[in-house]
Amino acid sequence: MSEPLVRVEGLTVAYRGVRVVDGVSFTIEAGGSYGLVGESGSGKSTVAGTLTASLGPDADVSAAAIVVDGSDVPTLGRERLRRFRRDVVAVVHQEPGLALNPTMPVGRQVAEVLRATGSGRAEAESGTVEAFTRVGLPDPDTIGVRYPHELSGGQQQRVAIAMALVSRPRLLVLDEPTTGLDSTVEAGIMALIDELREETGFATLLISHNLPLVAAHCERVGVLRHGVLVEEGSARTVLGAPSEPYTVQLVEALPDITAGKAARGTTEDDVLVSVRGLRKEYDGAVALDGIDLDLHRGEVLGVVGESGSGKTTFGRALAGLVRYDGTVTTAASAAGDGPGRRTPPVQVVFQNADASLNPRRTVRQVLGRAIRLLGGEGSAEDLAARVGLDAEVLDRRPAQLSGGQKQRVAIARAFAGPVPLVVCDEPTSALDVSVQARILDLVLDLQRTTGTTCVFVSHDLAVVRRVADRIAVFDAGRIVDVGPAEQLFDAGRHPRTRELVAAAFDLRRRAGLVAAVPDGVVDA
Amino acid sequence: MTAVVPGALATDAPVATGPEQTAGSRRARRGWRALLGRPTFLVSVAVLVWWVVLAVGWHALGLQPFAKSGELLQAPSAAHWFGTDSLGRDVFARVAAGARPALVIGPFGAALATVLGGTLGLVAGFHRGWVDTALMRFFDVLLALPSLIFLVVLVGAFGVSTPALVLIVGVLFAPGIARIVRAAVLVEMGKSYVQAARLQGESALRAMLTELLPNVVGVFVVQAVLSLGAAIFITASLSFLGLGSQPPAADWGLDINANRAYLQAAWWTVVFPGVAVASIVVAANLIADNLKEVAE
Repeated sequence: MSEPLVRVEGLTVAYRGVRVVDGVSFTIEAGGSYGLVGESGSGKSTVAGTLTASLGPDADVSAAAIVVDGSDVPTLGRERLRRFRRDVVAVVHQEPGLALNPTMPVGRQVAEVLRATGSGRAEAESGTVEAFTRVGLPDPDTIGVRYPHELSGGQQQRVAIAMALVSRPRLLVLDEPTTGLDSTVEAGIMALIDELREETGFATLLISHNLPLVAAHCERVGVLRHGVLVEEGSARTVLGAPSEPYTVQLVEALPDITAGKAARGTTEDDVLVSVRGLRKEYDGAVALDGIDLDLHRGEVLGVVGESGSGKTTFGRALAGLVRYDGTVTTAASAAGDGPGRRTPPVQVVFQNADASLNPRRTVRQVLGRAIRLLGGEGSAEDLAARVGLDAEVLDRRPAQLSGGQKQRVAIARAFAGPVPLVVCDEPTSALDVSVQARILDLVLDLQRTTGTTCVFVSHDLAVVRRVADRIAVFDAGRIVDVGPAEQLFDAGRHPRTRELVAAAFDLRRRAGLVAAVPDGVVDA
Repeated sequence: MTAVVPGALATDAPVATGPEQTAGSRRARRGWRALLGRPTFLVSVAVLVWWVVLAVGWHALGLQPFAKSGELLQAPSAAHWFGTDSLGRDVFARVAAGARPALVIGPFGAALATVLGGTLGLVAGFHRGWVDTALMRFFDVLLALPSLIFLVVLVGAFGVSTPALVLIVGVLFAPGIARIVRAAVLVEMGKSYVQAARLQGESALRAMLTELLPNVVGVFVVQAVLSLGAAIFITASLSFLGLGSQPPAADWGLDINANRAYLQAAWWTVVFPGVAVASIVVAANLIADNLKEVAE
């Protein structure tokens, strides 16, 4: 049998004596697809970095072999390394907005790669148009004159892929290529990569924290944990019948789209917040286009939609963080008690817990202040215990906390007192899957014990399905569909809803995570 | 200028519990150690201390900046380290005594500029909207004026008394500081913790002082030290133009101007006051650079 395209044996990488990758070995066949899964900090991007010899000088790399397409990567000299990077590997990074040069039209950026591989000017121009056509960009003839900021996130990533593929690499490294993109855009990008791989026969190394995504698009999967490859095998075996406890844990932590929480008795008449004709424009672009909705006391309303659908603006309007046209009446303020014009204390749990906590405050200060301001009872210790934080983290600052702990602090702060409404704006989308499951449980638990009304905004249908009593689907600033969560899969829902459900199911079906798909979903 | 210690970067709202204090002081100690390992910082501090000691203690050292203490225009020697000037006065004594006006107007002017500019920048960045627009356009106008000409006009209007000069330097430097502080505030406002505090019912003033200020205090300190150097330089320029101290006062800018004519024959009468101004300005800038690098 011939030599595989990529052969890594006993790879160990250390930074200042700390091992971040420890004895990793794997191979990728020519034209094959390999997925590396792991949580943040597991060393998956570092592994990818060694394949292109692009780790910094303080990385201490040792390996029995790092061979890509017959080249022993660590021993390549400067000039040969440059040619190797040009001809053999290409990388697509997580943030296309950062990977593209903001001051250069995208066409010129792609043409630059072609020029570097020895094409003439005219050749490079026609090659660029051809590359844009292949990655399915609209108006491939003219889109090249646009700057990156004039393209959507999905289009930017398509440009990055086009740029990676014009040099016809043997190996394409995809480092979280769709994180930060909407689910339907993600599906489009991944389908494109699969299609191009079959057409041109390059191999892919897909790095992601998204288990179903990797399983659906890779033949073989490796699971990394703390720099160690704990499990490896075909995608179907690793996900369908995982043998390592860690993998089992990862698979079980995935939000199951078919399982929602038990439906609670709805109290239709007990309206807490009533939204009428809510409209918001940003410089002429309509973000919210006439929203009418009643929020019932004690319910969890799930809000789903793609980015740009207005779901985040809706949450911010409820919290009074943006100016808007229309009315948002809360029962509490309608009663008109209390002197002064103190706004109803709607609380928000932001997506990025990192930014939503003051870096100079300890957890104790944050929670203590929240209890005082929101009129809560008990001490910071009690509140921390309620959200599952150890007493020892109370005197730490945000920089010393993990992502999950930070979000727990932010959630505790929001639920610190008897607030009527909490808006959760994608609170788990920056977190690892296993952490996400626990944070969702926490929100549900707090919501249930306090009876607080909750608006839960997310692009992930499975997440929303898990926490919500009712789900509202946003599209282009309007609510196109709203109804009890358990009726989400019913046939005859709005086409947009069916599309979202289908995209979520498709991934899980291909990953072998759901055996049966409810009727009326598959055809979409 | 007591704020120019890295410990100030780590101080926080005083809800002090045991472990909190140790965490804070550990950070402060690490900051100090990083600073003390930097030669440029140590040398710059030594230079500043040297001038402060002379400014405060030249009397006690028995220096005679106003008396004729030797022959005219003597070159530097053991008796007169920096030589003598055209009136036979000891140049070393005059340079030492000249540190006092430089170290009065400069620091107080810089402090005023930092407080004034910092507050306005904080308010503008926090409130945005028309407050921000109005303040920034006004500052644009001030910054567009050539500073020395602007100074000359102000000095003409308000006189050359020390309080007037402090006020003028403060007003002159405030807009630049305001803009930089505002930029830092805008970065912080982009993070949601200020919004979160407002949502919890924190007042605007408290959100500004307890949430925002501790996170931009590093910028304040660096700007304060930078403007200290610039303020000393501008004070020397003013007295060079005859708009500051008047003869026979010992003042660096004044001495440079008075001895200009002897530059070829007696270089020491000009070079030593010049070196004095340069050393203090460079030292202040290096300290600011080091503080900035350590804070990052």
